Amino acid sequence: MKAGGVFRHRETRPDWDAYLASRAREARDPRLVNFFSAGVEALSPDTPIGRVPLAALDLETTGLDAGRHDIVSIGVMPFTLERIRVREGRYWVLSPRRNLSEESVAFHHITHSEVAGAPDLSAILDELLACLSGRLVVVHYRRIERSFLDAAIRERLGESLLFPVIDTMSLEARIHRQSWWARLRRWLGQPVASIRLHESRQRYHLPPYTGHHALVDALATAELLQAQVARYHTLETPVGELWR
Amino acid sequence: MNVEQLDIRDHLAQFAPFDSLSDDLLDKVAASVEIRYFQAGTELLVKDQPIEALWYVRSGAVEMYLRNGRLFNRLGEGDIFGYSDLLRNRRVRYPVRAIEDTLIYFIPAEVFEEVCDQDDEFAEFVDTGGQRLKATVEQQRHDSDMMTTRVRKLLGRPAEMIEAGVTLQEAAQRMRDANTTCVLVIEPAEKASPYTFIDRDGHGRRLCGILTDRDFCTRVLAEGVTPQAPATDAMSRQLIVVQSDETVYEAMLSMLRNQVHHLPVLHRRQPIGVLHLSDIVRYETHSSLFLVNNIFLQNEVGQLAHLSEEVRTAFARMVADGANSEMVGRALATVGRSFAHRLIELAEARLGPPPVPYCFMVLGSMARDEPTITADQDNALVLDDRFEPEQHDAYFEALAKFVSDGLAACGYPYCKGDVMATNPRWRQPLQVWKRYFTEWMDAPNPERLLHSSIFFDLAAVHGEEPLVEALQDLIAERAPQRPFFLAAMARNALGRTPPLGFFRTFVMEQDGKHRKSINLKRRGTAPLADLVRVHALACGSKAQNTFARLDDIAKTRLLAEGVNERLRYAFEFLSMVRIRHQAHDIEQGEEPDNNIEPENIDSRERHHLKDAFEVISHAQKFLGFRYPMPSKRARG
Repeated sequence: MKAGGVFRHRETRPDWDAYLASRAREARDPRLVNFFSAGVEALSPDTPIGRVPLAALDLETTGLDAGRHDIVSIGVMPFTLERIRVREGRYWVLSPRRNLSEESVAFHHITHSEVAGAPDLSAILDELLACLSGRLVVVHYRRIERSFLDAAIRERLGESLLFPVIDTMSLEARIHRQSWWARLRRWLGQPVASIRLHESRQRYHLPPYTGHHALVDALATAELLQAQVARYHTLETPVGELWR
Repeated sequence: MNVEQLDIRDHLAQFAPFDSLSDDLLDKVAASVEIRYFQAGTELLVKDQPIEALWYVRSGAVEMYLRNGRLFNRLGEGDIFGYSDLLRNRRVRYPVRAIEDTLIYFIPAEVFEEVCDQDDEFAEFVDTGGQRLKATVEQQRHDSDMMTTRVRKLLGRPAEMIEAGVTLQEAAQRMRDANTTCVLVIEPAEKASPYTFIDRDGHGRRLCGILTDRDFCTRVLAEGVTPQAPATDAMSRQLIVVQSDETVYEAMLSMLRNQVHHLPVLHRRQPIGVLHLSDIVRYETHSSLFLVNNIFLQNEVGQLAHLSEEVRTAFARMVADGANSEMVGRALATVGRSFAHRLIELAEARLGPPPVPYCFMVLGSMARDEPTITADQDNALVLDDRFEPEQHDAYFEALAKFVSDGLAACGYPYCKGDVMATNPRWRQPLQVWKRYFTEWMDAPNPERLLHSSIFFDLAAVHGEEPLVEALQDLIAERAPQRPFFLAAMARNALGRTPPLGFFRTFVMEQDGKHRKSINLKRRGTAPLADLVRVHALACGSKAQNTFARLDDIAKTRLLAEGVNERLRYAFEFLSMVRIRHQAHDIEQGEEPDNNIEPENIDSRERHHLKDAFEVISHAQKFLGFRYPMPSKRARG
C-alpha cells in the first residue's frame, strides 16, 4: 500500500475468509446460506480489487444508534472499478418500526407520507441480498451500515448478518489521519482533513452531489472508491488489504 | 431503478445535444449511463482501440490529439467525444488523455445509435460530414417568415401586357379595365436576350418596358404627348425586375434602392406579374427599409446624422425577426450606400455639377454587401480621364470631404488606413486607377498588397458606374493570369487564423494557450472572406459578395467536392453569431463590437463555432497549397 507508511493504524483484521465459510455452513435461514456461500465463492483476500464485483451500499436511518433507530431507506449501486452501471442501482424506502422524528425528516428528506405505504425490511430482504450476493460491499463509514443491517436482521431472522466491507472513509483516514504526513501536520497544529463523503470526494475533484439520499450516496461512494484506487492503489491490489 | 434521483439526467439536460432531446429519450440516455473515474494524466483512448460508447465529460477535462501529436481539442464539463468514431468504424481516431481528474459518463453505442435514429437534431449535432453547420444554418433560415417568403406568393394576378405598337390611349384603357397601375410592354423578338421569352402561342417575345400611371403624368401629360402616340414613347426602358423566387425582402430593397414602385416579376424570363410597393407594405412593414427611403428625403447632413441613430435599432429588429446574414449584410450595405449616395447628391447640390464625370465607389465590406454595424468608411473616387488636377481637383476634394465628413457624422468613422476619397491618392482618373491595379497584380509583393487588398472589393455607389466596372473588368481579366499575385494574396489571406475552439470561459488557441475573448471578425469572417476572394480572383469572378463569389467558384473545379458548401455555411454561421451578439449588445444598451466572450456562447454554439473554425483552418491550408509562390522565372 502506498499511503500506509510506517505509522499505519493497527486494526485487528477479522479473518473474513474463515468467517464467511463458517456462516455458509452454519446459517439457518436459506437466504443467508446463499448469501454467505456466494461470498465464499467470490471473495478471497488475494483477489485483485480490479476483478471483484462490488456493490456500494448506503443506508439512511432515523438516528445513529442501531439499538434505538431504524433504517428508512437503502441504496445499492453494483459496480466494478471499470464501470458503474447506474441502471443496476436499487433503492428502497422502508417503514421504520419506531416513529420518524422531525429532525431525521429534515436530514434525509424522507417524509411520513413516503414511509406510510413502505414495506418492512423483511419484504425486500430477498432482493437486497440478491443485489449484494457475490459482491464486495463498499460503504462510507462502515459502523452505520454494519450495525444497522446486523441489528435489523437479528431482529427479524434471529441471526447475524456481518460481511466484509471496503470502507472508503477508513481508506481516507489512512491517508489523511494516520499517515506520518498527516500526523506531522496535526502535530504542527494544522486542521485535520475532513473524511466525510463530500469533502473526501472534493480531494479527487469529484463533482458535488445533493447528499443524504441513499442511492445518490451509494453512487458517490462507488465513484470515490474508483478515485481512491486510481490514486493510491492499483487494480492489482489484493482485496485483503482493503476490506475491513 | 431510480435514475431520476441521481442528477445524471439534469446534468445531461444542460448541455447540447441532450438539451433538446424529448423527455423520453433523455430518460433513456440517462438510464443507460455508465460511469468511471480517471485520474489526471490517464490515457483514456488510444489510437485504433475499439470504442463502444459515447464519452461525456461529467467533470474534469480531457485533450484530444491529432495524428501528428498536435492538439485537436480540449473538452470540459458537458462536452462529448467519440461520436465520430462510433459513426465511422468504432475505432479510435484521435487519442484522448485526461488533463484533470475526470469523471466520465459512458452512453452505450446502441443507445447512442437509437437516439441518432430518432432525433434528427441530435444526429445532425454529432454528424461530422459537414452537415452539422448546414443543418443549423438552414434551421435559422426557416425560422424567419417574411425574410424567406418568395415574391411569387405576393402576386395576385398575371401581369397586364400590351404589344409595343399599342397607343397610349389603348394602354390607359387596358389599365382602367384591368384596374391596374401599370402595364408591361412586349415586342416580338428574334434573338435571345435576358428579357426574351416564349408566349402562349409559341412566339418569341421580349419584355421591352413598363408603363405606369406615373408615366402618364410625367411623360405624357406633362410633356404634351398625344394619346395616339405609341406606348413605347412614354414607357421606361430601364427595367428593374425580380425573379419570382427572390424574397419579398430583396424585392423591397430593390424598389427602395432604385426608387421604383413597380417591379415586374419574372419566372426565368417569363413575366408572371408586377409587384407594387403597396403589395409589400400590405404584407409587412419594416423599419429598416423605410429607413432607406427616408435617407433620400433628408436635405441636410444634420438630418441624416439624426436619422442614422435609427440604423442600430433597425438592425437589432431585423435580427430579432430572423433575418439571415445575407439579408442583414445587404440591408446594412444598402443603408450605408444610401447615406453616401444622398450625401453626394447634397454635395452636388451645393458645389454644382461635376466638371468631369466621376464615380464614387465603396471598398471592402461595404462593397461586398457585408458590412457590420460597426463598419468604418472605405471609399474612393474614380474620375473621367479628362480630369485635369489643377482645374478640377478642388471640386472633387470638396466633394470627397463633404461626403466623408457627412459619413462620419452618420456613424461611419473615418478609415484609419486613410482609404478615403479625401486622400488624393484615392481620388484619381480611371487611367491612374488602372495603373494602380496593374501594378498590384503584375508586380505584387505581399507587404504592399496587405494594404491594397481592400481595393479588390469594390462597388459603385453613385455616378458613372462604367468607370468602376472598367476596373472590375480589368481585375477579372488579369488576376487569373497572375500566379505571383494570387500567391501573394493567398499568403496574406493566411495572416489571420481561427482559434482551435473554446474551453470553459476561454478561447483556446492552436497552441493550447488561452484568451479571454475572440474577435469574431478578425478570427472568423474576415479570414474566410479573404480566402474566398483569392479563389474568386483566380477564377475571374466579378462578384464582390462572398456568397456570390462562392457561387462563381462553384462553377469551376477549384475546390474539392463539398468544400464550397462548407465554406458557405461556415461563413453564414460565423456572421450570424457575430450579428446576434451585436444585436444583443445594442439591446442591452452597450456599444456593439466584434468581440465575444466565451461565457456568452452556449454549448451548442461553441460546438458549431469549432466546426466553422475547422472549415477555415482546412481551407487556409488548401489555399497555401493551391497558390504557391511561383519561381522567379515564371514571374517574368
